[in-house]
Amino acid sequence: MSVVPASVKPKPAVAALDVPRGRSRWWDREAPLAYLFMVPGALLLILFMAYPFGLGIYLSLTDKMVGFADFDFIGLENYQYLLRDRVFHQTVVNTFVYGFVTVPFKLVLGLGLALVLNQRFRLSSAIRAGLLLPWIVPTAISSLAWLMLFDPVLSPISWVLREWGLITQNVNFLGDRVNAMASLCLANVWRGIPFFAISILAGLQAVPQELHEAAALDGASSWQRFRSVTLPTIRTIVVIATLFSIIWTFADFQLIYVLTKGGPANGTHVFGTYAYQTMGYSALGQAASVALSMFPFLAIFAALLLRQLRSED
Amino acid sequence: MVGENTLSNRMLKLWVPLALYAAFLLFPFAWMLIVSLKPDELLLDTRLNPFAIVNPTLANYRRLIFESPFPRWILNTLVVTLGATVISLACSILIGYALGRFRFRGGNTIGVLIFLLYLVPPTLLFIPLSQIVSNFGLYNQYAALILTYPTFLIPFASWLLMGYFRTISRELEDAALVDGATRIQAMWRVVLPLALPGVLSAAIFCFTLGWNEFLYALVFMGSGEMKTVPVGVVSDFIRADVHFWGLLMAAGIAGSVPVAIAYAFLVDNYVSGLTAGATKG
Repeated sequence: MSVVPASVKPKPAVAALDVPRGRSRWWDREAPLAYLFMVPGALLLILFMAYPFGLGIYLSLTDKMVGFADFDFIGLENYQYLLRDRVFHQTVVNTFVYGFVTVPFKLVLGLGLALVLNQRFRLSSAIRAGLLLPWIVPTAISSLAWLMLFDPVLSPISWVLREWGLITQNVNFLGDRVNAMASLCLANVWRGIPFFAISILAGLQAVPQELHEAAALDGASSWQRFRSVTLPTIRTIVVIATLFSIIWTFADFQLIYVLTKGGPANGTHVFGTYAYQTMGYSALGQAASVALSMFPFLAIFAALLLRQLRSED
Repeated sequence: MVGENTLSNRMLKLWVPLALYAAFLLFPFAWMLIVSLKPDELLLDTRLNPFAIVNPTLANYRRLIFESPFPRWILNTLVVTLGATVISLACSILIGYALGRFRFRGGNTIGVLIFLLYLVPPTLLFIPLSQIVSNFGLYNQYAALILTYPTFLIPFASWLLMGYFRTISRELEDAALVDGATRIQAMWRVVLPLALPGVLSAAIFCFTLGWNEFLYALVFMGSGEMKTVPVGVVSDFIRADVHFWGLLMAAGIAGSVPVAIAYAFLVDNYVSGLTAGATKG
C-alpha cells in the first residue's frame, strides 16, 4: 500500500462533489487498482505454484537423480515405465478404492449425524464442536491414535473382540494388503464424517420449515418429507462436499504415511506416498512423473466441482 | 402429532444416535488420553484391561515438556504458521477485496482460477518444489514453509474474504468517496473494520491449516531441530519398531489442543466460506 503517496491532500469538499473522484486519479479507478491488488499474491502463487508445476512436468521428462547435477531429457520414458510398473498399477487401484469406497460411508454417516445435530438440544454447540474433532485435529496426530488402535499386539479393538470371544488371535489390521486397505478406509471414513456432517448441516438450515409443516399436515411420513422436502434442498451441498472429499482423499498423504507408509510390500500406496517413496530412492524425475499422474483425475473432479458451483449462480 | 416430543421418542431420535456417533468419533481421542496417562510399564502388559488406568501419571507429559524436543517443535510450528498466516492474509485481503468489490475485466476468470488453485494438493507439487526450495537456499529454514504455505492459504483465504467483502454494503464506501476519501482510505478506514470478523476467521483458518500441514514440513524442514509438531512427533517418537506410545499420545493430545480450540468456534464459517461461490451474497 506504499504505492499511494501519503501526502495526497483531499481537495475541498465542493470540488469532490462536482467531479466524481473515481475518474480523476488512476488509483481511484477500480480496474487498475484491482490489478495492483493482485500483484503480491500473484507473485507468490506464480513462484511457488505455477513455476513448480511447470518444473514438475519438465522433471518428469528427465532422468534427474537427487545429488547429481547432470541429467538427460528422456521424453516419456518415466511414464512408459509407470505403465509397466506393477506397484504403480496397484497405486492407481488403491487410490480409487480409497477415494471412492469411503465416500458412501462418509456421506450416509455424515448425513445421519447432520440430521441428529439439526435438532434442538441442550449444549448443542459444545457437542457439535466436540464431534468435529476428527476433522480438526492434525491428521498426522490422529493417525497416531489409529496406529495404536491397529497395533498387532496392543490394539484395544482386538482386546475387546477377544474378551467377547469373537476372535482367538489378535486382528492383524495392517499386516496384509486387504486388511490394511480396510483399516485405512476406516480411519479415512472416521476423519471425513464430520466434514460431511457440518456441510450438510449448513444446508439443512436452509430447508424451508413451512414446507415441512405443510407436508406434515398433509399426512406425509417423515421419510416422505425427507425425500421430497429436505433432500432437494441439500442436494447441491451434498454433491459439492462429495467432490471436495474425493479430491482430498485422492491426494491424501498423511494418513497413509503414518499408518502403513504404503506397505506391506508396497500394497497400500496412493499417488502421494508412492511419489514420496520414489523420491526417497533419489529418482526425482520418476517421482515427479508419479505425482503428476494424479493430475488428470484431479482436473476432472475439479471441472465437475466448478460446474456444480456455477450452476448454482 | 401427539407423542412427537415424548421422552422415548427423543431418546430414539437424538440421544441414542448422538451417543453412538460420539463413541465412534471420540474413541481415538479417549484412547490417546488413556495411554498418555498410563505408566510405561503397565502399557505393554497385554493381560491387563487396556482401558483401565491403574496408576495415572503425568510422567509422559513431563518427559514431553522437559526431556524432549517437543517445545522446540511448538516454537517452530508457531513461527512458520504465524509467518505464513500474516503473509497470506495481507495478500488475500487485497485479492479478496478486489474480487469482491471491484468490477474489472477478467475478474470472474481470476475468481475461478483462485478457486481451482485451492484444489491443488501439496502432493502434486512437493517434488519440484523441493528443488526450488533448495535452489533458493531455503532448505531447513523457516522461510521454506513461510513462503510455500501461502500457496494453499492464499486461495482459501481469498475465496473466503471475497464472499465476506461482498456482503458489506457499497453505500458506506460510496459515502466515504463522496466525502473526499481515496479508495484506499475508504477500504482501510470503512470497509476493512466492518470486515474484521471475516478477516479474523480467515486468520484462524490459515493458522490451523498451517498448523496441520504435514508433507511440505516433512520434505522441506524435516531434519534436525527444525521439525514442526506433526512431523517431529511422527518421525522422532517412532524409531524403527520402537514406539514410545506414552510419549506419542501425550504429544498428540498436547499438539492438537490449541488448534482444536481455535477451530471449534469457527467451523460454521469455514463451511460457508467453502460454498461462498454457491450462495453469492
